[in-house]
Amino acid sequence: MSIQVILAQALLGLNVGVFYAMLSLGLAVIFGLLNIINFAHGAMYMLGAFLALIGYSFLEQWFGVSVQIGFWASLVLVPLLVGLLGVLIERFLLRRLYELDHIYGLLLTFGITLILQGLFSNYFNVSGTPYPGQPESLSGVMNLGFMYFPTYRLFAIVFSLVVCFATWFFIEHTKLGSRLRAGVENPDLTQAFGLNVPLMITLTFAFGAGLAGLAGVLAAPMYSVSPLMGADLIIVVFAVVVIGGMGSIMGAILSGLALGLIEGLTKVFYPPAASTVIFFLMVLVLLFRPAGLFGKEK
Amino acid sequence: MTNRILFILMLVAGLTAPFFAYPVFVMDLLCFALFACAFNLLLGYAGLLSFGHAAFFGGAAYITGYVTKEWGFSPLLGILAGTGFTLVLGSIFGFLAIRRQGIYFAMVTLALAQIIYFLALQMPFTGGENGLQGIPRGELFGFIDLNNSLAMYYFVFAIFLIGFGIIYRTIYSPFGVVLEAIRENESRALSLGYDVDRFKLLAFIISATVAGLAGATKAIVFQFAALTNAHWQTSGEVILMTLVGGLGTVFGPVVGAITVGALSHELSSFGSWVQVILGTIFVVCVMVFRRGIVGEIQRLATRKKD
Repeated sequence: MSIQVILAQALLGLNVGVFYAMLSLGLAVIFGLLNIINFAHGAMYMLGAFLALIGYSFLEQWFGVSVQIGFWASLVLVPLLVGLLGVLIERFLLRRLYELDHIYGLLLTFGITLILQGLFSNYFNVSGTPYPGQPESLSGVMNLGFMYFPTYRLFAIVFSLVVCFATWFFIEHTKLGSRLRAGVENPDLTQAFGLNVPLMITLTFAFGAGLAGLAGVLAAPMYSVSPLMGADLIIVVFAVVVIGGMGSIMGAILSGLALGLIEGLTKVFYPPAASTVIFFLMVLVLLFRPAGLFGKEK
Repeated sequence: MTNRILFILMLVAGLTAPFFAYPVFVMDLLCFALFACAFNLLLGYAGLLSFGHAAFFGGAAYITGYVTKEWGFSPLLGILAGTGFTLVLGSIFGFLAIRRQGIYFAMVTLALAQIIYFLALQMPFTGGENGLQGIPRGELFGFIDLNNSLAMYYFVFAIFLIGFGIIYRTIYSPFGVVLEAIRENESRALSLGYDVDRFKLLAFIISATVAGLAGATKAIVFQFAALTNAHWQTSGEVILMTLVGGLGTVFGPVVGAITVGALSHELSSFGSWVQVILGTIFVVCVMVFRRGIVGEIQRLATRKKD
């Protein structure tokens, strides 16, 4: 097996890894403040991809407006829209469940997942619809010296990494971020100091949702857009989160990247295990370090 | 007292059902009802949310299907083999999952179940996306032909009663009471000297095994082990059934399975809208109807007494 093949698969694995990182980052941010796992995170990723697709291909056909929303505009608009949906969900539904067992939050977001998935299954084929809006400037392949790699995928990797590390920097090293961390540590005390914790919670949930939407837009030109794309992905991301532990932002990012890489390499050495290798790693972590690699034992 | 009346009601309804409803449909409901009862033991009584019970329901179906089709096992032995498989699988999954609590427990079970789903998709004997087809119904005890739908029905109903009995006995045993104590306050139960992990593991194994029994029976009824039965959406469906019927009530899961099953059946012409409707019911149940049908009835009944 040539080194080129391995490097190519490693890069493709990293390509998947940045999506794991972005989604598990969103889950971790939401979990930190709200203590719930957002099952609808995958559905929001799917929603992001579909909004980009609809904005590009279906606006005229469906709504009679002859506007086409391009990739770059989608990259800004779609996360805002998905974030807005997040605000509505948090404000009107999740907020009423905080006093109850956290599993109700999970069940609620599972219901929302079914609704979103069912809605899109009505109008779009499960096997996927291609997104034709990949910008001209990112088409083609790039010579990396040791191999050729699709320019768009390279862009997706770099862009996601920037978003991930910007989020990390914002939460760990800015004043607003430190307030957020205070809210995670002790909501009551933070509120007593005059910070608006409920608003912080709403915005955090919206931010996590927007991040999933952004990942969806990025994924649209690479994978065909399908109603099931989120659900299949989110379960893997759950395993990533169990492996990494949700204690730290950086932990979520690094475990996402590493596991994508491992999955990519598994495709080279033993393809049938590629879809399950992350789950088996999760089993190992549960056996030897139950709190997760970056988690704190409670 | 109410339990006894409800049980007699269920018995009468179950015995007469094939005369005024399509037997295969009622058998389907019974399998799901048993599945939901098994799930309810874990969530309703031990407070553990497993998001991976489809692995047991679907996995048992494949094993039962394989041994009856390829090895010529009798239906009863086949069902025992499938159930035995989930006993082992449940022990392994349970051992791993109880190492984490709360929300993590749900994620771990979901991820573990996904392994079974991918195995069912990829292994050579499972038929991939088409599922394992052509499972023979065979003969019970060597002389009762199960291709007769009434014979099949009463066999399924008997299995349902056995499974229901196991869950019922577990709930009302001292063991079940300790489970409730763990659900209410795990640290307190621990400090009272109960080996919390052992109780949780045993509850998980019982629940997985009965869920497997339901799945194994379903394979014989439909002569088919479907990939969808191992899919996470089936895990979600059984949660919905339990929630609609009444979490932590003995008869709730049965009522819930019948309600959700009948609803999906009635709505099947609407295609993907079924999913939207089920999702909406999910949201409504979680927001305003957390006691479920049986739970609400019980609350009204006790209020009248006061």
